[in-house]
Amino acid sequence: MTAPTFVEAARDALEHHLAIDDRVMVLGEDVATGGPFGLTKGLSQRFGTERIRNTPISEGAVMGVAVGLALGGRRPFVDLMFNDFVTLASDQLFNHAAKLHYTSGGRRPVPLTVWTIGGAGTRWGAQHSQRLDGWLTQVPGLKVLAPSSPVAAAGAVRVALDDPDPVVVLADRTLLYSRSCLPRDGASPWRSRIVQAGTDLTLAASGRLVHLALDAAATTGASVEIIDVQRLAPLDCDLVVESVSRTGRLLVLHDEAWCGATAATLVAAVSERAFWALDAPPRRLTSPATPIPAAAVLEDAYMVGGDAILAAINEMVNG
Amino acid sequence: LPVAISDLPAFLVDAHAAMARIRAFEELAADAHADGRLPGLLHLSIGGEAVAHGVIGGLRPDDRVYTSHRGHGHFLAAGADPYRMLAELAGRDSGLCRGRGGSMHLMSDRAVMATGVVGGTLPIAVGHALALEGDAVAVTFFGDGAVQTGVFHESLNLAALWSARVLFVCENNGWAEFSGRDEHTRIADVAAYGHFHGLPTAAVDGGEVVSVREAALQLLARVRAGEGPALLECHVMRIRPHYEGDLRRGDRAEGDPLARLEARMLTDGFSPDDLARRRADARAELDDACARALRDPSPDPVTDAELVFASAL
Repeated sequence: MTAPTFVEAARDALEHHLAIDDRVMVLGEDVATGGPFGLTKGLSQRFGTERIRNTPISEGAVMGVAVGLALGGRRPFVDLMFNDFVTLASDQLFNHAAKLHYTSGGRRPVPLTVWTIGGAGTRWGAQHSQRLDGWLTQVPGLKVLAPSSPVAAAGAVRVALDDPDPVVVLADRTLLYSRSCLPRDGASPWRSRIVQAGTDLTLAASGRLVHLALDAAATTGASVEIIDVQRLAPLDCDLVVESVSRTGRLLVLHDEAWCGATAATLVAAVSERAFWALDAPPRRLTSPATPIPAAAVLEDAYMVGGDAILAAINEMVNG
Repeated sequence: LPVAISDLPAFLVDAHAAMARIRAFEELAADAHADGRLPGLLHLSIGGEAVAHGVIGGLRPDDRVYTSHRGHGHFLAAGADPYRMLAELAGRDSGLCRGRGGSMHLMSDRAVMATGVVGGTLPIAVGHALALEGDAVAVTFFGDGAVQTGVFHESLNLAALWSARVLFVCENNGWAEFSGRDEHTRIADVAAYGHFHGLPTAAVDGGEVVSVREAALQLLARVRAGEGPALLECHVMRIRPHYEGDLRRGDRAEGDPLARLEARMLTDGFSPDDLARRRADARAELDDACARALRDPSPDPVTDAELVFASAL
């Protein structure tokens, strides 16, 4: 039997939860016909179009409906399609879903899952290729997971639908049809995990970049400890800090603009908590602070790539 | 449930008690804000008492209420404890939301939530309606300023599309923050949007509690019967400024729904002393509650972050 793709594994986890939990329902554009990327393929046939509910192109109100369903005791799962459209749903996500448990004094949990994809590499241009991690992670009250493999994607959907809080699952566009597994798949989706142990340098990455990091590390003589940072909010820094206290070097890869939040926060955490263990300045590899270009040559240059990762590892370990 | 008021004298007595209590709460809040006892950004609902009691008093216990930034009256009408509301306004741990919400972010059970974002609770009420059992209804109150938001139109469309059991109640006071409705839109009547979406729709004098109750009961019956959402436009006066402390607009007493109700009751033969005593009693009870709330302890900053998530990581 062929191993499932990332999106197939997520779909299977969603189907399992729909079968065991009547409270779960799916909302999104075209979800009743399988969804634009196959995430909900076949689900409306099994569970009906009330639970697998097509919505108009009204991201703001649909996210609000999901908040109301959650307050009413359901477990809504919203397919937000592209994370670029977080902008349209942001009032309900940031001002309402994220805050209500707190502003209710703990009275009202909001069990809401948002599935959305992001990232460049498809030539789809500036409004269908962003990573808005910075937006999603800077409003306290949201949990954000960035799975890196089919097993991790299924795990993220599973724990999100079991959780009483709003959880955003941010999937890499370029991983959707990948079947590539990772070492130590099956670890908790909530925690950072070591996918390769090493002694010279700590490399922290998420999503597709974990795979690129493994490939790059395999071609260098350095001993690289690769940590898959699966939880972007609240950012799970502890394992990275602990690792750097052993290796003395930190390289962070992240698919967001240089002015984004995740890589900078990891560097800040290490600087604050493992400063005296550092043998070299921490380093980030991110995209530049530009919109995502349409031209292939520009988009390729925009994305963090394997050659740059290899060069950074070698410079940091040998330089 | 009836779709008309069966015992009018009893209705008027109940309405007076409920509206006098809301009025007393809001007048106390204004006084206590002015003299520094209560902090925060307060948007008082004086002028909206007939809508709050007229609609919410016609609901069943299993119905749910959503409101806007101007929601104290809706919470009181839905049964929230005024002492815990005052403690919330005062930022006390005994508050309705343990002091984390404040005036614009009240949350409770039957009155589910207010919001500081104009239009914010419109889609949430639609979603909650879809989650309710049987023919229970979600009611959402909003001002006419919300009608110019995108999410208002998205929410009406979704509710109509999905036949959600929602009663949309617009309190049209003709003001959106600091400017008049004619500066915000060319559509004068909010009810036009209900007709546009094919909803059961009514527009009433929101300062007249009998009219509000009768219109609400008729629309609620149609919503419960599965006809889909309905829209009730209530024309009201915003008697206080947009927010407490704003100096741009003072009180405007014309159209006061409580004064109008009392005038009617006096004509009907009720005793003026009874009406005055009920208002004084309501205020005295709330003054006691406020004093008690102000003696309560503040929340603990050290453990505050524990409330961000329902499930810690």
